[in-house]
Amino acid sequence: MEEAVRAQEAAMEIQDLNVWYGTAHAISNVTMPFREHQVTALIGPSGCGKSTLIRCLNRLNDLIDGARIEGRMCLYGQDLYDPNLDVSALRKRVGMVFQKPNPFPKSVYENVAYGLRVNGERSRRVIDEVVERSLKQAALWDEVRDRLHKNALGLSGGQQQRLCIARTLAVGPEVLLLDEPCSALDPIATGKIEELLYTLKARYTIVIVTHNMQQAARVSDVAGFLLMGELVEFDQTETMFTNPTDKRTEAYITGRFG
Amino acid sequence: MKDRLYTWLSGMMLGLSLIMIASLLGFILYMGLGAFWPRPLWQVEDGTGKVYLGVVQGREYMRDVGRGTWDVGSGFTRTFYRIADREFYGTDFVWLNDHEVIRRTKPKDAVVVERLEWGPFFGFIRGIETPEAKISDENRLLPQLHEEMRAARARAKKIRHIERHVIGKLNDAMERERLALRRNELRYGLGAQGMERVRAAHEEAMRRLEERYGKIAEELTVLRSQDEAYRVTLATVEGFKKELPISSIVRVHAPNSLSWFGRLGVYASRLKEFIFDEPREANSEGGVAPAIFGTVLMTLMMAVAVVPFGVLTALYLNEYAHKGPLVSAVRIAVNNLAGVPSIVFGVFGLGFFCYLVGGTLDRLLFAERLPTPTFGGGGILWASFTLALLTVPVVIVATEEALVAVPRSYREASLACGATRFQTIWRVVLPSALPGILTGMILAMARGAGEVAPLMITGVVKLAPELPFDLNFPFFHLERRFMHLGFHIYDVGFQSPNVEASKPMVFMTALLLVGIVLMLNWAAIVIRARLRTRFQGAQI
Repeated sequence: MEEAVRAQEAAMEIQDLNVWYGTAHAISNVTMPFREHQVTALIGPSGCGKSTLIRCLNRLNDLIDGARIEGRMCLYGQDLYDPNLDVSALRKRVGMVFQKPNPFPKSVYENVAYGLRVNGERSRRVIDEVVERSLKQAALWDEVRDRLHKNALGLSGGQQQRLCIARTLAVGPEVLLLDEPCSALDPIATGKIEELLYTLKARYTIVIVTHNMQQAARVSDVAGFLLMGELVEFDQTETMFTNPTDKRTEAYITGRFG
Repeated sequence: MKDRLYTWLSGMMLGLSLIMIASLLGFILYMGLGAFWPRPLWQVEDGTGKVYLGVVQGREYMRDVGRGTWDVGSGFTRTFYRIADREFYGTDFVWLNDHEVIRRTKPKDAVVVERLEWGPFFGFIRGIETPEAKISDENRLLPQLHEEMRAARARAKKIRHIERHVIGKLNDAMERERLALRRNELRYGLGAQGMERVRAAHEEAMRRLEERYGKIAEELTVLRSQDEAYRVTLATVEGFKKELPISSIVRVHAPNSLSWFGRLGVYASRLKEFIFDEPREANSEGGVAPAIFGTVLMTLMMAVAVVPFGVLTALYLNEYAHKGPLVSAVRIAVNNLAGVPSIVFGVFGLGFFCYLVGGTLDRLLFAERLPTPTFGGGGILWASFTLALLTVPVVIVATEEALVAVPRSYREASLACGATRFQTIWRVVLPSALPGILTGMILAMARGAGEVAPLMITGVVKLAPELPFDLNFPFFHLERRFMHLGFHIYDVGFQSPNVEASKPMVFMTALLLVGIVLMLNWAAIVIRARLRTRFQGAQI
């Protein structure tokens, strides 16, 4: 099984990751790869460290006072915590979509163009092109093409979340981190996003945190089960859901706790 | 049951506050707006044969202590008249016991003459004298006087233009010449080579300016003596005669024969003078235009100074600084700063801005003007900065609240798109916090516009001969002292030699100050509403 997981090159890798918030040990000794063009799902009960782990991958934990991170993490061999690393450049390569849709209080167009603008892109033509392409990739173009310059907060929740995906895609990332992207959405919107992930997989490496077992089973290629900051099991999704090796995994998947 | 009691109690407290605010505003409105309404002139004779002509200012009930009884009904009423004609009576006001008055009439031809000097005159017009004619026909006197006043106003305007602008420009040019020479002397030394030539050139220039000044002064003398020839003769009710040039009359009307619209006209004319003209007679008459200008300019300058200062501080505290005891201490200190008495800020402003910063500026940039201070004394710039310091806690607190209210998810989203921290603040956080920041600015302006104590030692004066803005280069003279409505109220109400006569001015000025503060706030609120729709759009 381990060989099967290693079939493709790892886009990102973490080794012996430990995270403390003050004295609380949030992640302990996690080692796992994230394969190129695969969807890796992180599952586990609330507070098990899934979000903490995913936030280490684009260094968003830097913002939290008192967070301490140890271990080796890299993106195509480059150390993420190298002191000389340009963090904003890293975040351009590792995009992130959050639990709650969080479009800026700007127009739909400006939301998608944001990443380009902070990058210093001024050409109207380039921005127009990227906005259209990203919205199409996020399967939102047809719904918003007539209201590009209206406020994004007027969109529905599902549309807002796809807009956030488009905003992330516009920057041109290699890895896409999704932190429970569907938890605030209804089943139809969730279905649309899951479909989207399926198409996006061809171009991006995707890491998704989810509470929803079915969702993990539907969208992911490999899955990791986290419990109290430890990586209990890491395997092909199919294997994990049909034949888990660890008892705790089995208990969680079958719904006996969590 | 208990819950309802609390609801009632809090509601009643709110009601009480509203009633107090409304009655304060109502009182100021009533006293202020009524002040300019022309009221009838009463001719009053008392038993001794004395006659007075005056306006009723008030009435009161006196207990007759002399007879030793305290029963109601044993006393009498007396009336307070404004009789004006200060040069004859020595006082503006008189109390008359009503039971001693034997006759009270309203003479149709009694006039109120508002003069440039000596306050108003209550009496009768006896004659008009111009180089062309002498008029004493009683029916034509008032209309004729109105006509002559219009001509006189044109003459006065011409004279004032020369005094103010032509001579002002000349004075300015002379001062520049003097300073240029002094600058050269300071730079090269008194005995430097070529100094002779410089001095000669200076003297030549001064001579030419003096020559022009002489010509203008001559012209002015001619104009003035021509103007003096137009005269009016007035008489008090007791028959004392007073002759004065027509151009020294501001306004004249016969209140007892005025129609309602006529009164309205007088009212409008007084209101216009109040708002657009300069003060006269130790500020107790005329207008408050310079004070309005000073108040508005100072408040705006304060806002311009305080917002960047406060916003940057709040940004650092909220966005950059790591949470810890030091930041908490700073925050507490900032909040306490808001409680420091304003006069303390005034003293600090005087010591730091005027003497230290201003004094240094003077020594470095304006050495030729010393020992006369330029920036080294009180001025509108330093006053604005002092008030900016005074109000900076308000802006910091409001901005911090606004920053905290910006959802964390906006910041995370922006950072996750690869924006730097600064870009995140500039493009996402600040626009979202802008309405809150503007609220802070509004509060700061409201506080600053009404503050007087610190201004009294950092640049406010009771009468500023020149506005901080004029047509002489460099147009804005921020080192100048200025007038302020708040100080004006204090000065007119409590420092004036004729407090009773300037009472209406106090109420009108208070009304105006409240009005201006409201208007500034309203303008800021409108701007905030616009920005809010622009940056936040439809909120769901």
